[in-house]
Amino acid sequence: MIEVKKLVKRFGLKTVLRGMDFQVQEGEFVALLGPNGAGKTTFLRILASLSRPTLGEMRIAGYALPAQAAAVRRRLGVVSHLPLLYGDLTAEENLRFFGRMYDVPRLDRRISEVLELVGLSARRRDLVRTFSRGMQQRLAIGRAVLHDPEVMLFDEPHTGLDQDACDMLDKVLRDVAARGRTVVMTSHDLARVEDLASRFDVLSRGVIAASATSQNLGSGNVLSFYKQALAEQP
Amino acid sequence: MKQSTPLSATRHKPSAIDHSPSAGSFLRAVAAIAWKDLAAELRSRELLSSMLVFALLVILIFNFALELDVRTRSTVTAGVLWVTFAFAGTLGLNRSMAVEKDRGCLDGLLLAPVDRSAIYFGKAISNLAFMFIVEAIVLPVYSVLYNTNLFNLGLIGVILLGSVGYVAVGTLLASMAVQTRTRDVLLPILLFPVIIPVVIAAVKASSGFLQGLAASELMTWINLLIVYDVVFVAVAFMVFDYVVEE
Repeated sequence: MIEVKKLVKRFGLKTVLRGMDFQVQEGEFVALLGPNGAGKTTFLRILASLSRPTLGEMRIAGYALPAQAAAVRRRLGVVSHLPLLYGDLTAEENLRFFGRMYDVPRLDRRISEVLELVGLSARRRDLVRTFSRGMQQRLAIGRAVLHDPEVMLFDEPHTGLDQDACDMLDKVLRDVAARGRTVVMTSHDLARVEDLASRFDVLSRGVIAASATSQNLGSGNVLSFYKQALAEQP
Repeated sequence: MKQSTPLSATRHKPSAIDHSPSAGSFLRAVAAIAWKDLAAELRSRELLSSMLVFALLVILIFNFALELDVRTRSTVTAGVLWVTFAFAGTLGLNRSMAVEKDRGCLDGLLLAPVDRSAIYFGKAISNLAFMFIVEAIVLPVYSVLYNTNLFNLGLIGVILLGSVGYVAVGTLLASMAVQTRTRDVLLPILLFPVIIPVVIAAVKASSGFLQGLAASELMTWINLLIVYDVVFVAVAFMVFDYVVEE
């Protein structure tokens, strides 16, 4: 579903990604781990066609980036630590706007389904700026799944959420994964991703330093795997 | 939270539209962005109120600072008007793009599977609407304060043409400036040198109409405005994708 070969990204003289290779099969839930500055967000932004790679080949759902970026974007849902929502519009108006941008068919019905999915049906006519951080993040997920994407990218979606909001977000993430979506999620919260992901990749110094599936690792071993992967980096 | 809600009730399957987005979806995206900006502004009134207050203050300050007699008034009116529009417009352009950047909404727009020039045209249309609203309010106030009749069809035509050129360039440069930390300072520095031709042409044509000259005598300036509008809309259409992508 996602295929990345020899990806390089430079910002001026600084090289963030150094020939990174990365593959994800359809239906996999990959947690992309790594220290601050490892290039996780940069990598997700390149996958989302928000940033151009300096070098390298990428295909998502069979479409090449950046040449077929519009076709790739139709198949992507992106959630970041920012809500990507308009505070002066209601929850329903936000979804209606993004639904129009994605040409979502039967939009009224779809908006109702998505609001129910993220538990915000009762607040559909409220302005987003009156929502708590957790509610905004749930609506952000609603926005990301509105056009029913095949691939979902989550960039530290738990940032700034309290415990209840994190739990609710995890429920939605499990639901997304259970329905066969391909998911790539960056996070610093190892305990949380351990319950969610089926594979763990450690990004360090611009390359994937280590990779393991949840089956290989067993329960409760993600932290030691992560520390070992970083320690073995030259 | 109900887990039974279908995530893929209206599952979208790949189709030919993915490869070549139609003109219909392009226009729908343009209309959606313009509608979104106008609806949000109707609620917050942040952008329009700041543009209006600023514009009214500028013409008020000029009124007291210049202490104009009747004869001088007719010669400086066009200049004062366009300085007012240009300064107030900069506030609006800055705010319009800052709203997109502050909550990551610009990324939300860029993630949409449409030609990115649709984002430019949607933002330009809403910016133009805000400019027209401010101009429609400023003109009668100016007429009263300066005791000058500004209800002249030729002048209104020039204001429309000049505003299109100003917004065409301004929206593009605001999209560039908003990516930087110094966006508030950067936009006027980038914008004012580029809009010199449109301001000169608009002032000359406006002044001519206010002095009662025929349109045929002002065609040089009007043609310059039309050419400027066409060229900069075309340039923005071609380069917007590169301007907004990292």
